[in-house]
Amino acid sequence: MAGDADSHAAGRAPGRAVSARATDDGEPLLSVSDLVVEIPTRHGTLRPVDRVSFTIRAGEILGVVGESGAGKSITGAAIIGLLDRPAHIAGGSVTLSGLRIDQLSERELRRVRGGRIGTVFQDPSTSLNPLKTIGDQLAETALAHLPITRHQARERALQSLVDVGIPAAAERLDAWPHQFSGGMRQRVVIALALIGEPELVIADEPTTALDVSVQAQVLTLLRRLCTERGVGVMLVTHDMGVIAETTDRVAVLYAGRVAEIGPTQRVLTDAAHPYTRGLMGSTPDTSPSRDIGDRLVQIPGAMPGLANIPTGCAFHPRCPSAMSICEQREPHTTELSDSAVRCWLHEDYP
Amino acid sequence: MRPSPDASDPSQPLVEVQGLTRRFDVSSAWLTRVVRREDKRILSAVDEVSFQVNRGETYALVGESGSGKSTIAKMVVGLLPPSAGSVLIDGTDPARARGAAMSALRRRIQMIFQDPYASLNPRWRVADIIGEPIRTFGLASGAEVVKRVDALLEQVGLSAGDAGKYPHEFSGGQRQRIGIARALASEPELIVCDEPTSALDVSVQAQVLNLMRDLQRDLGLTYLFITHDLSVVRYMADTIGVLYLGKLVESAPREALFTRPAHPYTRMLLEAAPRLDGFGRVHETDGGEVPDPISPPSGCHYHPRCGYRTDRCDRDYPPVRALAASRVACFEAERVIEDGRASVPTTTA
Amino acid sequence: MVAAVVFFGLVLAALFAPLIAPHTPFDPATLNLMDGFTAPMDPALGSGSVYWMGTDDQGRDVFSTILYGLRLSLLIGLAAVLFAAVLGVTLGLIAGYAGGWVDALIMRIADIQLTFPSILVALLIFGVARGLTPPELRDQMAVWVLILSIGLSEWVQFARTVRSSALVESKKDYVQAARLIGRRPIAILFRHLLPNVLGPVLVIGTIYLALAIITEATLSFLGVGAPPTSPSLGTLISIGQDYLFSGEWWILLFPSLTLLALALSVNLLGDWLRDVLNPKLR
Repeated sequence: MAGDADSHAAGRAPGRAVSARATDDGEPLLSVSDLVVEIPTRHGTLRPVDRVSFTIRAGEILGVVGESGAGKSITGAAIIGLLDRPAHIAGGSVTLSGLRIDQLSERELRRVRGGRIGTVFQDPSTSLNPLKTIGDQLAETALAHLPITRHQARERALQSLVDVGIPAAAERLDAWPHQFSGGMRQRVVIALALIGEPELVIADEPTTALDVSVQAQVLTLLRRLCTERGVGVMLVTHDMGVIAETTDRVAVLYAGRVAEIGPTQRVLTDAAHPYTRGLMGSTPDTSPSRDIGDRLVQIPGAMPGLANIPTGCAFHPRCPSAMSICEQREPHTTELSDSAVRCWLHEDYP
Repeated sequence: MRPSPDASDPSQPLVEVQGLTRRFDVSSAWLTRVVRREDKRILSAVDEVSFQVNRGETYALVGESGSGKSTIAKMVVGLLPPSAGSVLIDGTDPARARGAAMSALRRRIQMIFQDPYASLNPRWRVADIIGEPIRTFGLASGAEVVKRVDALLEQVGLSAGDAGKYPHEFSGGQRQRIGIARALASEPELIVCDEPTSALDVSVQAQVLNLMRDLQRDLGLTYLFITHDLSVVRYMADTIGVLYLGKLVESAPREALFTRPAHPYTRMLLEAAPRLDGFGRVHETDGGEVPDPISPPSGCHYHPRCGYRTDRCDRDYPPVRALAASRVACFEAERVIEDGRASVPTTTA
Repeated sequence: MVAAVVFFGLVLAALFAPLIAPHTPFDPATLNLMDGFTAPMDPALGSGSVYWMGTDDQGRDVFSTILYGLRLSLLIGLAAVLFAAVLGVTLGLIAGYAGGWVDALIMRIADIQLTFPSILVALLIFGVARGLTPPELRDQMAVWVLILSIGLSEWVQFARTVRSSALVESKKDYVQAARLIGRRPIAILFRHLLPNVLGPVLVIGTIYLALAIITEATLSFLGVGAPPTSPSLGTLISIGQDYLFSGEWWILLFPSLTLLALALSVNLLGDWLRDVLNPKLR
């Protein structure tokens, strides 16, 4: 098998035990319920996130997929309270292990960030402070969120580098961010996200800026570390291939709403929502099961801008299965056996 | 337009690239170097690359960062002069062409760019953007230009009424269509496409790729398609060249490349690409990254990451040779082909 | 807004000076020496006419001289700024697009010039130009020499600003597309790049207009600018200075107030323009 550094770390024990996190009784780790984000502008109020609901269990990876403008990044930002003013949460709730976090003060939020929710963003060069060694950054984060001594923090920093597969970790501990390659930096960012022993990690396009060979490594690492430690992951991306290979469940966003949510394999192979089916058909793929000659499915038009969201179902102007009711009323969310879909095709309407 | 003296021979390839090389001097400023006693640093972005593109086909150049693919694209269209080697477009060397011959050559080659927000002049109307090549090459004037612009807009799926608008009034996908219309305006034979859909959403990408395929079929275009995305390559290309750190490591027809790759790097790329049916897939990662292009590894540049490497590989650079349907630069290519797609042997880091 | 009104009022006054001015102060034939040193609104000793702002030592109506002086000040100021803008924008475009040694050369010249205060530069160029012109033409050429010297002292900021925009725009793909079809560099500079770098130029222009006016006034005040035979506001102030303490305060006060109003209104107009055109504040 691959003899890479990742497998050396496989036998290590994870951090805090999962059971300490109040998720034993089957309660989801993160529960987002009818979340609404609004941005007041001169031309009216925009709603980049419009009643979005989903849950994440401990150790589960939920993919949030959508094209640009769908609201997936804003959803992540709202959860950790990093919305740029004047955007604000205008409705719904965000609950982490039973505690509501959408209405916390900035000070309380600071303790949540890093300690209970870790983040991995797209650009590693802006996530790491170029003026501090990575050992210092890791140790500081650990100290800020865990009741340990300086000496212990440094040891944990070293351990975290080993866990994410940085070779010669002891020497690299005092290196500067610019001395690492892109993929290595992103691994450090993952280490930084996990060192505070969070319950949840929000990863927003963590591999989009990386070469494909590194992407596979980083995603494998993220998946392994999180499932091992029982950390829930919200993986935001536009790449369906990444969703297919990395996530357990997936939420498909369109124009700020959840079009469909369910187990990844089921949603991707047998989508309930026409948009999901369109996305799958229009994604080119290298798998041998796809015939080379097949023409890519084309969804006409483009995602509407926030100021021009159509009435009724936001997708209806582009939908091959649109019916007259789709233009008039917004579909409710229909719960299927293990998933949910917002589409009139699946709703029993009077 | 008068036919060029060495008239087009349809059996000859449209583009012939031979030993193409491009070096960049990335040293610090002279005084800094003297003070710090540094050596000059030369980056070989492209190193002795040779390939051919036949008429009417799509040749894809695939590579990750540091592969040199964009630099090659710029040299093929003449935006950048090569440090060594040559590019022949239908037998003519653009570096040597002058005057009317140069203009005639320019007309036959066009380019589509990656960034839909930087490839159109924000202060120009669409009609002027698309009309510029038509006027510059003297293909029409006055009202005739307007007619042609409208026809081109329709051809790429926009409408004639869009001609009076400015680029910022369009979405990313629509801007790419405008860029395609501009490229078509001079009635070219060859279009070099530099990552034309990398900045677009998946559903928009599908529209643009389908459009490009249709145009190729209707107009007999030849594409040189630059990208990092293997799945797009699979959909668009007839022949594929794989680049690593400025060198062409493998070149093969599509079928052969995807089912019987001959170079370890190609195999690694195929293995690493995420697949839509790859649920729960475990990647056999090779534990490495593209090294710094300024000081590449000795011998075969890929050898530090390669599971097939032998002693020879860090001493000598493997020559390009024909093997099955591919042209490949690897001493161990036979073993690679034999192993098929089962697993990618890797090296311990 | 007040600034705009004031400024445009002054501009109009200057434009229509020949029509508005109640007298022709520079035609010696119409002057009545006995009218000299008349206070504002007093009947004159010589002709008995009432001068709104009094007269100076030679019986010239101060109000009229201000109108003509304003005209000259504005003319020189505007022309100098226009010259500086054309020169600076062109050099900035060339530097930004060409890069390499051309860019380095232009920018080093700019840097060297910037180490000197612009008034000194203007003085230097003025002195050199003056020295080169034959004495009998000096007064006539004064205006042109002023425009040249002030303009040459101000091109640098235009060039720098335009250069940094040009540097960024030159790397964009639409410029590559134009090069690809073989457009000549001149066409690329002026048809493609220019519209995209002009943004800040208007704001810089208004700021430098104020500076140009002040520079011209300073030069004239020092006696090396507009001559007394066709004085600008600065010259008038210089003349008036002699009479401040002998009681004829109006010869100094009114030109000074006018210059103040002009410079202030231009400055405020520039500020307002900058705020209005700043996309981030919209």
